[in-house]
Amino acid sequence: MVLETKNLGVTIENNEILRGVNVAFSEGRRTSIIGPNGAGKSTLLKALSSLNTRYDGQVLLDGADVRAMGRQELSKKLAILPQGATAPADVTVGQLVDFGRFPYRSWLRPSDPKADREAVEWALDRTHMTGYKDRRVAVLSGGERQRAWIAMALAQQPQILLLDEPTTYLDIGHQLEVMNIVDEINRDYKMTVIMVLHDINHALQYSDEIVVVKNHGIFAHGTPKEILTVDMLGEVFGVKADIFVNSQGISVLSPVSLVEEAGA
Amino acid sequence: MEEKKVGGGISTGRRVFVLAAFAVFVAVAFSASVTLGSVRIPLEEIWQSIFGAGAGTHQQIIMNIRLPRTIVAALVGINLALSGAILQAVMKNPLADPHIIGISSGAGLAGITMMLVFPGHEYLITPVAFVGAMSAAIVIYILAWKNGIRPVRIILAGVAVSAFLGAGISAMMIFYSDKVHGALMFMAGGLAARSWPHVTIILPYAIAGALLAFLGSKHLNILQLGDEIAKGLGLNVEMTRVVMTALAALLAASAVSVVGLLGFVGLIVPHATRLLIGSDYRFLLPGAALLGAAVVMGSDTFARTAFAPTELPVGILMAVLGAPFFLFLLRREL
Repeated sequence: MVLETKNLGVTIENNEILRGVNVAFSEGRRTSIIGPNGAGKSTLLKALSSLNTRYDGQVLLDGADVRAMGRQELSKKLAILPQGATAPADVTVGQLVDFGRFPYRSWLRPSDPKADREAVEWALDRTHMTGYKDRRVAVLSGGERQRAWIAMALAQQPQILLLDEPTTYLDIGHQLEVMNIVDEINRDYKMTVIMVLHDINHALQYSDEIVVVKNHGIFAHGTPKEILTVDMLGEVFGVKADIFVNSQGISVLSPVSLVEEAGA
Repeated sequence: MEEKKVGGGISTGRRVFVLAAFAVFVAVAFSASVTLGSVRIPLEEIWQSIFGAGAGTHQQIIMNIRLPRTIVAALVGINLALSGAILQAVMKNPLADPHIIGISSGAGLAGITMMLVFPGHEYLITPVAFVGAMSAAIVIYILAWKNGIRPVRIILAGVAVSAFLGAGISAMMIFYSDKVHGALMFMAGGLAARSWPHVTIILPYAIAGALLAFLGSKHLNILQLGDEIAKGLGLNVEMTRVVMTALAALLAASAVSVVGLLGFVGLIVPHATRLLIGSDYRFLLPGAALLGAAVVMGSDTFARTAFAPTELPVGILMAVLGAPFFLFLLRREL
């Protein structure tokens, strides 16, 4: 499924955050959204996922306006993991992941226990959380907790997975663990992944495409190789950085100084 | 029973055990409420009376005084406990209780106005009290809303709305001082002289409210995860909020229109239940309903017998227990 925006604009309390955004996310690809603080990355993700529906323009899923679709239908196709999610103190990992089956239940339609159980087991397995099923989410470490929430999103069996800074507050080991889980799901199930990432090196390493957001709109959209230039880093982030190729053959960067300082 | 390992959740076995224990509380409180009083009546005689085989003054006392009063107490307890439990999920606030956040005051002002200004329309008290409760809920919501709902703002808005509506209630009592005795009992929250007409007022709301609440338990579970997660899981958050707030207001209003301003039941009962049974509303709601019935029946029995021949309104006892509990929660949760 292709998720795209047509002339998307978002204004929050008289502040124009996004204006005239046209961007398409191809099926089965991993796309990272990067940009400086306050550029509108999360705002874009919230509009894409219909967490915020007060926008101008359109968000289209395979050409159909998502606002005409109904939230429950949408949540079977598209799962979103926002930042800072919390659960009541007594909820276990198993219960949390089972909440991901909510889109498939309703007052009139009885749930399908077999399909639910299989989806939950699959989601726990893909996130390496099977052994944590009966633990409370509140007592997990940061990395485990994040994997539990990702498992909940996977239990929705979406075709598109949206993640808002999934590695924030994690140490580098747990960051890579989360990124690898996302990577494997994309590879094995052709699930489209769209994520806001803070760490540009992660974006370079784990994305097929990168969208750079700046000044209320899309500054650039392309492959990591096309995107990563000294000019882009200077213009978007105000940073001078060394770009080099790591042992995996991927171009990465190491920030050296702010642009003003470099000129002085 | 100690099979719980560190970091584990609450097992289904434990939940069923707690529900069974609550059911026993209900049976004990019910028995105490119908047997104890100025005349002590043995349990066997009570069964005989209820099933039509009794006779004499004891039969009269049971059927016309104690049994209806006990049933009103149970239904009021159920309604207030469910109302509080629902509000705690809807407002994402551990301190939400229909009394504290002013919904009861809305119902109270509307109800007391009906009682004093338009006497003789008792059947209209509950619908009018519901309108008052719902209006108070909407006002509190609007006052507390600023880029989302924050627990502290709801409490503060509730305090302000309660004070405002309380002034209205006081004014009514001064303007209609000749009829103030009924109004005083209403303010304190008591079950004195509650009988079958009151059962018929509250029963339909209790049944409909409990049914709708249980139907919404899965939605309340999702709502507890926060607005963004709930939306992402396909829940119509705004609609669920409005429907569930209306349900909580209706449950509170029907209780208020029968016993007046009985506070803290909606705070203490859902909390105690949550501690023992967990936050899954499929278990929390039935647990709170059972415990609510037991607590109000038991407290009323205590309040009317402990200082005999003076009958204390049960609302005074609930406030004595509830206010310290509220402070305890305030320190722990905010």
